[in-house]
Amino acid sequence: MSTITPELGSVALSAVMAVAAGLIGSFAVMRRMVLAADPISHIALPGIGIALILRINPLWGALALLLLGAVLIWAVERRARIATEAVIGVTFAVALAVGSIITSGDELIDALLGAPATLTLREGILGIVGSLVVIGFVLRQRNALVVRLISPEIAMTAAVDVARLDLYFLMAFALTIGIGLRFLGVLLMGSLIIIPASIARRFARSLGAMLVLSASTAVLSTAAGTYVASLAGRPSGPFIVMVAGSLFFLSLLHRRDA
Amino acid sequence: MNALEVEDLGVRLGGADVVRGVSFNLPKASCLAIIGPNGAGKTVLLRALIGALPHAGRITWAPDTALGYVPQKLDIERDLPLNGRDFLRAKAALAGSSGATQSEALRAVGLAEEVLATTIGNMSGGQFQRLLIAFALLGRPNVLLLDEPAAGIDAPGQAQLNEVIHGLQDSRAMTVVLVSHDLSVVYQYADYVLCLGPHGTCFGPPRSALTPEMLYEVYGQPLGFHVHDHS
Repeated sequence: MSTITPELGSVALSAVMAVAAGLIGSFAVMRRMVLAADPISHIALPGIGIALILRINPLWGALALLLLGAVLIWAVERRARIATEAVIGVTFAVALAVGSIITSGDELIDALLGAPATLTLREGILGIVGSLVVIGFVLRQRNALVVRLISPEIAMTAAVDVARLDLYFLMAFALTIGIGLRFLGVLLMGSLIIIPASIARRFARSLGAMLVLSASTAVLSTAAGTYVASLAGRPSGPFIVMVAGSLFFLSLLHRRDA
Repeated sequence: MNALEVEDLGVRLGGADVVRGVSFNLPKASCLAIIGPNGAGKTVLLRALIGALPHAGRITWAPDTALGYVPQKLDIERDLPLNGRDFLRAKAALAGSSGATQSEALRAVGLAEEVLATTIGNMSGGQFQRLLIAFALLGRPNVLLLDEPAAGIDAPGQAQLNEVIHGLQDSRAMTVVLVSHDLSVVYQYADYVLCLGPHGTCFGPPRSALTPEMLYEVYGQPLGFHVHDHS
């Protein structure tokens, strides 16, 4: 497989990936999924491990298990509301443990922290298409997502299939994590979805502002983090999260009057 | 012609019968008040009526029914970055209603356009409740279901809200189903009352259904309520 130049491939992919993360993150934050984002991303690790054992592209393994994780959370949430958090927490912690046993050495570090320098053309195209799917989903379904957020019952009376919408949302969320794994790895991808949206939430006074602010903060964090990482010659994931985290702490200086 | 026919409705939640053996017919363009003590299953009944809960028995809405629902408590944070316009726009897009319908809904609930620029966290309880009713009116429902619409609103606000709801009922010939704790509202506005109590249910026009004995049975204690005759 040919390797495209890291700079070009990374810039194109990281930009659309960040927009997708910012948009899906906006609704994830409003739906109080802040704490769920990290555990969900951890389930990618055993997928990567299995793919390495089977000698297929790790991305496919990660995506397969992430989508499985999305369906699992969806099914658990529909059944019992009480134990959802515990079930999610335990399941995904076990996934991380299993994944780190079957993955080893450099591959484990790459999977945990991301390794965009080894991006292949096919992965780049897959990432861009996946990001566009997520962006399209959020923008097309934003009205249904808003009404669902306000009240599932109202959404039902407006002929929204709430169960299906929830499943698609979780799958779009899982897809976003899968796309970002190359950049941020299993440990940190959840934060690119959550942090920019949390910053945007502190300033936004409308849905449009929330979506634009969140997406642009994600792009800014990714670009700045990747640049600093390239200067330091280190994986970009931790730097991207450090930039986003710094912006978040700066945003705390802004006092919301609402 | 009935807007709604309910026969032997039962809802089980968590292994317990929350609603059991409820039957009634509601004529079109009438107002039904559902009363009962906390935990009697009023909200559950309402949610079953809109099809949000699995149930036993039969619920039959008239074929041309379009529902508008105003829930009691929203499970959302008030500091969401959503303003009134975001709310209405989202519902209007789903219901396929025009800008004119939005303005009409706002006028019907007596909410100024300027309020729409306010985030929901900065709205007063009364404004927010009116917004929710306007929200329900998009899509031109002919049945409005409201779960304690006046809860958490000051007395003058409550009176205005009741006027809004019953103005809608009159001007648009809407069927209204509302859960209320306020018996004076029930006597003043409701054509029918459905009481849910631990020992059974009653249904009928308020003046004949709500006898002191029945109220005692429903609430488990004497209420000492005086019926003011407005007619």
